[in-house]
Amino acid sequence: MPYSITVNGAVREVDVDPDTPLLWVIRDNLGLTGTKFGCGVAQCGACTVHVDGQPRRSCALPVSRLGNRQVTTIEGADGPEAKAVQAAWAARDVPQCGYCQSGQVMSAIALLREVKKPDDKAIDLAMNGNICRCATYVRIRAAIHDAAKALEA
Amino acid sequence: MSGSRLALGLAAVAAVTIGAASVRTGAATPEVGLRSVEDFAGIENKRERSLALFAEVGKVIQHPRCLNCHPAGERPSQGDAMTPHNPWVVRGTDGFGAPGMRCATCHSEANFDPARIPGAPKWHLAPIEMAWQGKSLGEICRQIKDHRRNGGMDMARLIHHMGEDELVGWGWHPGAGRTPAPGTQKQFGELFKAWTESGTACPKA
Repeated sequence: MPYSITVNGAVREVDVDPDTPLLWVIRDNLGLTGTKFGCGVAQCGACTVHVDGQPRRSCALPVSRLGNRQVTTIEGADGPEAKAVQAAWAARDVPQCGYCQSGQVMSAIALLREVKKPDDKAIDLAMNGNICRCATYVRIRAAIHDAAKALEA
Repeated sequence: MSGSRLALGLAAVAAVTIGAASVRTGAATPEVGLRSVEDFAGIENKRERSLALFAEVGKVIQHPRCLNCHPAGERPSQGDAMTPHNPWVVRGTDGFGAPGMRCATCHSEANFDPARIPGAPKWHLAPIEMAWQGKSLGEICRQIKDHRRNGGMDMARLIHHMGEDELVGWGWHPGAGRTPAPGTQKQFGELFKAWTESGTACPKA
C-alpha cells in the first residue's frame, strides 16, 4: 500500500504493508540506517526517533498510523538541544560500542526540549527506556547535565 | 544425537511447566462471561441485590486489564500476572508519563500485535486518588462513590465511563497475549448502571 510520509522535512513515498513498523521503512525503504533495530518490542530504545517532536519507538509504530505527523531521525536532528547534546556526547566520549547511541541521543534531545535543567531523577525517568549494553549510563547522565548547562549559558 | 533429543525433551517439559505456572499465577482466568442484570432480578432485598450486582461488577474492576492502570504507586503493572511495567515508567503529573518518556513513546492509539504493544486512544494511568491495586472490593466501591477519589465524577459520568469510555473498552480487546476482561463492556455498563439504581450498596470487606 502506498504511503506518503514526512521524514526529516522531506516528503517520501513508500509502498509497504500497513503493519510495517516505521523503523523498517526508515532503514530499509529510505536507507536512513542511523536508527537501529534492537529488540523490535519497544523494550530497548535503540529505534527511538521523534514524531512531531516527541520520542517514539519506531519499531512499535506501524507506518499506517503515522498520518501527517513529522518524523525526525538521528540524521535530521537539529536545533540548539541537538547541537548541545552532540557536543556533550563528543566531549565526554560517551559511546562505547555505539549501537544504542542514536536512540540515547534522540531521547536526550527530547528531554532537554521539555525540561531545561533536568535533575538526576528526571534524566533517569526519561532515559531508562534506552538500554545500553556497554553500561555507559553514567556518562550519558553526565553529558545531559553538560548539555543543559551549555544551553543555559 | 541422544543428547540433542534429551535437550529437546527437557525444553518441552520446561515450556509446559512455564505455561502451567503462568496460568496459575495469572490473576485472569480463561473463563468467562458476566451474568446479566436480569439474573439478579430475583433478589428481592434491594440491598442484597445491590451487593450482588457490585460483586459481578467487581469481576471486571479487579481484573488485571483494569487494575494494571489503577496502580497504588507511580508505576503501573502489566500483563495477566501484573508484573511491574517494563521499562520503568511513571504516572507523571498528568497521568500520561514523565517528560521524555510519555505513554505514547511506545503506545499508540491501537494495539500493535507484531510487537505485542497494547494501545488505545488516550492511553494513560488513572490518577493516584483512583488507585485500586491492593484494595478490597469494598474499599474500591466506597472509593468509586467518593467524588474526591473518583475523578470528580457523578453517577451519570461514572456510568458513561464504565460503559462507553474507549480506554475502558480496550479491556475487552486487549490484543495478543492478554486475557480480556470478562463479558462485554456493554454488559459491564448495564450491571454498573443497575448497581447505581439499586442503592449503590458496598460490601464491607
